[in-house]
Parts: sequence; C-alpha cells; structure tokens
Amino acid sequence: MTTLHSLLELGSTPTERRRDRAVRLSLLTLAALALASCAAYLLYDVQGSWSYALSLRSRQLGALVVVGVAIGVSSVVFQTIAGSRILTPSVMGFDSLYVLIQTVFVASLGGAALTLGVVERFVVNAVLLATFGVLLFRWLFRRNSRNLYVLVMIGIVLGAFFQSLAVLMSRVLTPDDYLTLQQLTFASFTTVNPTLLGVAALVTVAGLAALVPMLRQVDVVDLGKDNAIALGVDYHRVVTRVLLVSVLLVAVSAALVGPMLFLGLIVANLARQVVRTNRHRALAIGAGLLGAVICVLGQFIVAHVFGLTTTFSVVVNLVGGVYFIILLLRTTRL
Amino acid sequence: MTLARPAVADRPTAGPVTGADRRGGRVHGRHLLVGLLLLAIGSYLSLSIGAVKIPLGDMFHPSEQQWRIITLSRMPRTIAILLAGAALAVAGLIMQRITQNSYVSPSTSGTVEAAIFGVLLATLLVPGAGLTDKMLIALATALIGTFGFLQILQRVRVRDPIVVALIGIMYGGVIGALTTYLAYRNDLLQLLEIWTTASFSSIQAGQYEPLYLVVFVGAVGYLFADRFTVVGMGREFATNLGVNYRFVLYVGLIVVSVMAATVVVVVGSIPFLGLIVPNIVRIWLGDNVRVVLPVTALAGAGFVLACDIVGRLIRYPYEIPVGVVGGVVGAGVFIWLIVRAQSKGRA
Amino acid sequence: MITVSSVSHSYDDTSLVLDDVDLTLPRGALTALIGPNGAGKSTLLSAMARLLSPDQGAVRVDDLDVLRAKPDVVARKLAVLRQDNHLTARLTVVDLVRFGRFPYSKGHLDAEDHEIVERSLDYLQLGEFRDRHLDELSGGQRQRAFIAMVLAQDTDYVLLDEPLNNLDLRHAAAMMQLLRQAATELRKTVVVVLHDINFAAAYADHIVAMKGGAVMATGSPAELMRTEVLRPIFDLDIEVHEIGGRRVCLYWHPEPATLEAPARDDIHAESSSG
Repeated sequence: MTTLHSLLELGSTPTERRRDRAVRLSLLTLAALALASCAAYLLYDVQGSWSYALSLRSRQLGALVVVGVAIGVSSVVFQTIAGSRILTPSVMGFDSLYVLIQTVFVASLGGAALTLGVVERFVVNAVLLATFGVLLFRWLFRRNSRNLYVLVMIGIVLGAFFQSLAVLMSRVLTPDDYLTLQQLTFASFTTVNPTLLGVAALVTVAGLAALVPMLRQVDVVDLGKDNAIALGVDYHRVVTRVLLVSVLLVAVSAALVGPMLFLGLIVANLARQVVRTNRHRALAIGAGLLGAVICVLGQFIVAHVFGLTTTFSVVVNLVGGVYFIILLLRTTRL
Repeated sequence: MTLARPAVADRPTAGPVTGADRRGGRVHGRHLLVGLLLLAIGSYLSLSIGAVKIPLGDMFHPSEQQWRIITLSRMPRTIAILLAGAALAVAGLIMQRITQNSYVSPSTSGTVEAAIFGVLLATLLVPGAGLTDKMLIALATALIGTFGFLQILQRVRVRDPIVVALIGIMYGGVIGALTTYLAYRNDLLQLLEIWTTASFSSIQAGQYEPLYLVVFVGAVGYLFADRFTVVGMGREFATNLGVNYRFVLYVGLIVVSVMAATVVVVVGSIPFLGLIVPNIVRIWLGDNVRVVLPVTALAGAGFVLACDIVGRLIRYPYEIPVGVVGGVVGAGVFIWLIVRAQSKGRA
Repeated sequence: MITVSSVSHSYDDTSLVLDDVDLTLPRGALTALIGPNGAGKSTLLSAMARLLSPDQGAVRVDDLDVLRAKPDVVARKLAVLRQDNHLTARLTVVDLVRFGRFPYSKGHLDAEDHEIVERSLDYLQLGEFRDRHLDELSGGQRQRAFIAMVLAQDTDYVLLDEPLNNLDLRHAAAMMQLLRQAATELRKTVVVVLHDINFAAAYADHIVAMKGGAVMATGSPAELMRTEVLRPIFDLDIEVHEIGGRRVCLYWHPEPATLEAPARDDIHAESSSG
C-alpha cells in the first residue's frame, strides 16, 4: 500500500484530505468490483467439466481484462493530450481503418487469413495501425489545433472513408470469405488464441510501463499547450510519446478482439466521473480497472442474459452512441 | 473629390448601385444549358456501358436485342441515377436551409439510417413485403427519425455547426447500431450491407418507378423555395416577414424525408452526396434556394452519374456500387470543405 | 534583461506578423506592449516566452537562449500566461496554483513548494476560493487564480497577455496595482500586453508601441504619451491631457447625432480640398 499512498499524496487541508480519501476509496472499490466480476465470470453456472470451462473462461477473461485495461488507459490519456473529453482514438476513425486492413487481408488471403499465424497477423495489424495512428494524429494536431470539433469531424469522415473502402473490398468477397471477415471484425471474446493473448498482454504491460513515468507531465498538459510549455514541459515530446503508447494500446485491443468504437469513450468519461481527480496516475489506474469491469461484466451479461444473441461490441456501440450524444448535448465546451 | 461634385447627392446613390453589383453569381441560362448538355452526354455514355457493349454509333439505330437491353435495363438505370442524385442533393439543400447549417444532410442527421431501419422492419414484420410496403414503412421511420433530430437540435447548447453535424452523425450511428443489432439477431447482416450501399446494378423496368415520386415532391420543394430561404435566416427573421416558421419547417421535413426514403428503398444510400453537392453549388451561387435548387438538382444528378460510370469502368465488366465510389469521393470532398472553411475562418 | 534580435514570423506565409523586430526590455521594470489590433503584440510576447518558434531570430533572457534552452530551465526563469485559459480539466484553485511549482518539483511538492503556493494564494487573496473548482468562479477570480499560478512559478520574468481581459474596472485597476507591486517589491521583470493606453501610462515604467509587426516607439510613459507619437500608431485622433500631474489620452470624440452632422462634414471636406 505504500505505493498507493505516495501516489495519492494526502493534501494539507481537511477538504483536500477528504477529496484524496474519496479518490482512494473509489480506486479500491473499482479494484474490488474488478475482482468480483472476474470471479463471477469464471465461476458462474459452470456445466460439465470444470477444468475445461475454467481454461476456456480464463482465456476469455484474460482477453477481456487486457482489452479493458488497454482501452481504458489509452483513452483517458488520449483525451487529455487531445484536450477534449469526446476525442478517443476510436472516435477518430481508427476502428474503420482496422476493418479496412482486415478486409484487405481476407480479400487477399481468403479463408487462409484465419489460419495464418496469429502472431504474424497481430504484428502486421498492430504495426500498420500504430504507424497510421501516429501519422494521422500528428497531422491532425498540427494542422487544426484550434478547433477540436473540426478534428473530431475529420476523424469521423476519415472513418467513413475507410469504411467505404472496406465495403468496396467486401463486395468482391465470396460468402465464405465474408463470414471469415465477420468473425475477424466483430469483436469477439469467445475465440481467443492463447499465443495471441500472451503477446497482447506483453505489449500492453510494456506500453503501460512506458506511460507511467510520463503521467505527471500529462497532468500539466491538461492545462493546455501554452501553459504546459510555460511550466517547462517538453510538450511535443510528451504528446508524441503518449500518442504512440495509446495508439499501440488501441491497436493491441483491436487486433485481439476487433473494433469497439465507443468503449474508450464510455470508460474514460465514466472513470473521470468516478475517480474525481486530475492526477493521471490515479485516473489511469481507475480507467484501467473500470475498463476491465465494463468488459468483463458486459460480456458476462451478453453471454448469460442475452444468451449470445448479440455481441458485446454491438451493445457497446448502441450504449456508447447514446452516451456520446448526451455528452455533446450537455457540454458547452468539448 | 472635386468642388463641382454635389457632395450630398452622391451618398444616397452609392448604396443601391454597389448592392446590385454585389448580388453577383447569378445563374445565366447559358450555365444551365451547358450543365444539361453535359448531363445528356453522360446519360448517353451511361446507356452504352454494361456487360453487353452497345457501341455509341448503334444507339441511333439499335438492333432489336439492343433496344430491349436499353429499354428494360439501361434506360431505367440512367433515369434512376439522375432522379436519385437530384433528389438527394435537393434534400440536402433544403435540410441545410431549414436547419441553417451547411454540415447537415439526410445522411448526417439520421434520416437515411432511419429509412434503412424501416426497410429492415418491413422485411422482418411483413413477410414478402413489396417495394410499396417497404417504402411506406421507410418513409414513416425516416419522418420520425428526422423529426427526432430536429428535436435534439433545439436542445443543443453549443451552436457550432460542426457540433450539430457531429450530433447528427452520431444520432444516425445509434440508429444504425440498432439496425445492426436487429440484423445480427436475424442473420441479415450481409443483406443489410447491400441495402445500405447504393447500387444501380439491379435496377430494371418495374423496379425504379417509385423514384418518379421525387419529381413531384421536388416540385413542391421548388414552390416553397423562397420560404425555405426566409426560414434559413432564422425564426425571428421569418416571423418578421410573416412566414409561418413551424409550417415551413414541417413541409421541408416531409420533402426531405420522402426524397431520402424513396432513394434509400429503391437504390440505397450514397453517403455525403446530400452534403457536398449543395455546399459546392453554394460556394458558387450563394443561398437563394430558388436560384440554387435547379442547379443543385443538376449537379447532384451529374455527380451520381459520374460515380456510377466510374464504378462501372474501374473493374469492367464487374461493377463497384455507386455508394462506395460516392462514399470515397464524398468523404474526400467533405474533408476538403471542412479544411477550406477552417482556413477561411482563420484568415 | 530580455533581448529580442531580428525576430520575424508569419502565420500563413503571406504577411509578416513580426517584421524583423529588435528590442531590449529592461530588468526589474514593468513594461507595457501597446498597439492596435494585429500589431503583433501577442505574437511577440509568445515568441519571447517560446510559446511560438519564430521563423527567424533569437530571444535571450539574461544569458539564456529561450528557444534553445531546456524547457524546464526556461520555466524557472520566465513565466507566461496567455489570455484565454479555458481548461477542459476540472481543477480546484489550489491544484492549479500548485502546478506553478512543476518546473521545480516535477509534481512531487515539498514543504517549501507548499509554502510558496500558500503565499501566492494569499498574495492574490484567494484564500476563500482555495478548494473551489475553477469553473465555479467568476472570470475575474479565475484570472487571479492563473496569476497566482504564475507567481508560484517564482520566476524573475513574468509575461502576461492582456491580463485585464474580462476584468471590470475595479479588478483591472487592482490587477495593475498588483503587477506594479510585483515589479517594485518582488523585483520582478513584468511584461504585459495592454489595450488601454491610459493603464499603460499610469502603471508601466516602460512602454513599447507596435504597429504592423514592427516596433514604432519605445520609452517612458512621459516620452510616449504625446499626440504626435500616438496618432500615427493608432491612426486615431488622440489628444493627450494632463490631469492631476498625469497624462491621460482622450481618443473618443462623440458628436451629437443630428441630421446636420453629415452635411457639416461635407462642408469641411469641401473647404479643405478647395
């Protein structure tokens, strides 16, 4: 617990101490919730062989946790870097690019795309997405740093652009290949390859480790570009690094389970509501935990309440879209 | 300034003269004529392209088989293209005027998505639903969807036009997600994708005729042109001029919904068309609906015709759906429009 | 001492916002940058504070090359505040002021840092707003919170872009008084962009007048507050009066809005051209 204490240095006045205690409490609650939902996911309604069910479920659970943590943490820091609560990598057209890459993949390889070495496919996807992401965001942030709405709009239209291209490709697919594509692009936690999961977990941990030392500087970037520079933060270096890490994390999640347009948006904004602080060390932990909770619980509900008649990503898109509109309606500034 | 010039007299005359000059950008009959001519040439090309090549020269004295292909397939297709393009562009124009926002269009405000939702509903609820059933249900959902968007619009706090458009896109996205949810449950996903992407390849005689409805609705739109212009200047402005703001708004709503729903049911959706075409015409001619509407219709028809011809030629003899070509081009042009508006605003 | 040497900058490659500016600002003084809109005041201030890298030229603060030195080294020498500080972050006042210590503490505040933070809160009389969120404050209070952050940065040089924006008359005067004190009592070098010439004349030691990206005149208020100096800078019929030993500019000339007014103007025009 010493790390947690140093992380949440208690303030000097009663008000601040109360606030810091609230932050600590919210983090502990989230951690407990995460553990509880993991346990429920593993143990609820097991039929037949326990060892088989546990090995299958623990793999799915691993994927859910990795995705939740990766999306949660990356979205929250991305929001700060972008200076907007409605900007997440996915909203910026990232997911459509993922679909496009997948479609090109299936179109060129057919059903073989599924059997092709998972690690190779993962690496190709992650590298392509990360490269594109950093290029795109650098271009966008340099070009139109003044109006965030415009950034979002361009991101969304780019998304539509990639989507059109992907549809174009999918039109020439045979129904079999189309099925393959659907399996690849619809986020699915049920078919997780253990090797892939291992690689994804490793990359996620590496990304998080690279992020941690920068989080205090991210706190300052939250004050805006000019103020951050005025306070001696090497703004461009911090932004580039954080972008790279968060894009990598999103790429990991997309390659692991497919696109989840609004997951990051929901997780990051909820995390800011629950963990009421601007210290990104606490915020990132909160977002990571919350991401895991939402993914695990969400998949649990899809499996046990809806009986798998829908997918988690469809539900997330539905809920997330409504939430996004509410965010747009409520905020006077983004 | 010389002594001889009566100083007082030149003031009042200065105003009207420059005012008349500034009106500028008028459509000359010439321009319309050139546009029509281009459209005719394009249509002529469109008639000749297809799996069975009909040489351009043969068009004037076709063989019996060629004539059958032309009347049963090529002619309906070309007419459908022209009508659909014109309808979506005019729907976009009217929508942009009545919401006073140039980033709004049927495909960025839930209208199109709601219509697609209607088509899915019809398929699920009415087994063996014909074109008319689908159209009626799609029209109803499109009306409800667009009305919902207007309701949201009145509750937005940020007046930035881009935010409004974002809300519209997201709103459409939510309806789309709902549609996907239903389609996924009923294994209709691939069908859904075919409906949502406009294609003229399956248009034949007997399947496109409902599109003629847009001509009628378009005429209504033209009758209301001046009122749309006035409403586009704001509620207070319209009230001041004695125009019934709410009534005109609803007329616009119906015109837009009918046009969008009809096109979606018959051919599918062409993203961004209703957004970019009116905007480009607007840059050139301004905001007077009466002046702009015919040109917008022509331009929309021309745009779709061009996209369709390109889609048919890229991978001849296979066809790429016009919605996909239009989507790629439209997204590109839209980004250009945004960046352009941004750099203008900054200067 | 701040030395600006041959700094030029343009935003869109068509027109120069700063056109080969050379300027030296004295230590320990309150300097006001004045000039009409588009004169390049804010751009010059941004360049001095390395918020913007000018296309050409160099800025030195004492012996520090501002554009090349390490960011945190500069941040311990020079503090800057731009005019519009809309934050997406929901911060309390004290949180914001603590960020002023970031160049020293990198986020790990020690006892001394906390003491400096409390001192600048006191200095700006923000005690009662200490734990309030910025978005719950009025524009003037928020402005004071940002100034407190800048003071907590404890730098020899403080650069402010239009700090009187959004302040009513009372708070504007109080702000100028505070900056005056910072220069006199704390021996800080303060540079402010101001729109109101009279505020500049009343509180500054040194005035820099700019127009069209160039420095038109520099000097003490007494040297600059003259009709023949100010008129060409602002293209405005400025009269300078002396009231109670202070020079005050009058630049508004309301005329009775009667129907004869234009006619009389025309007669003027005719007689002067004739």
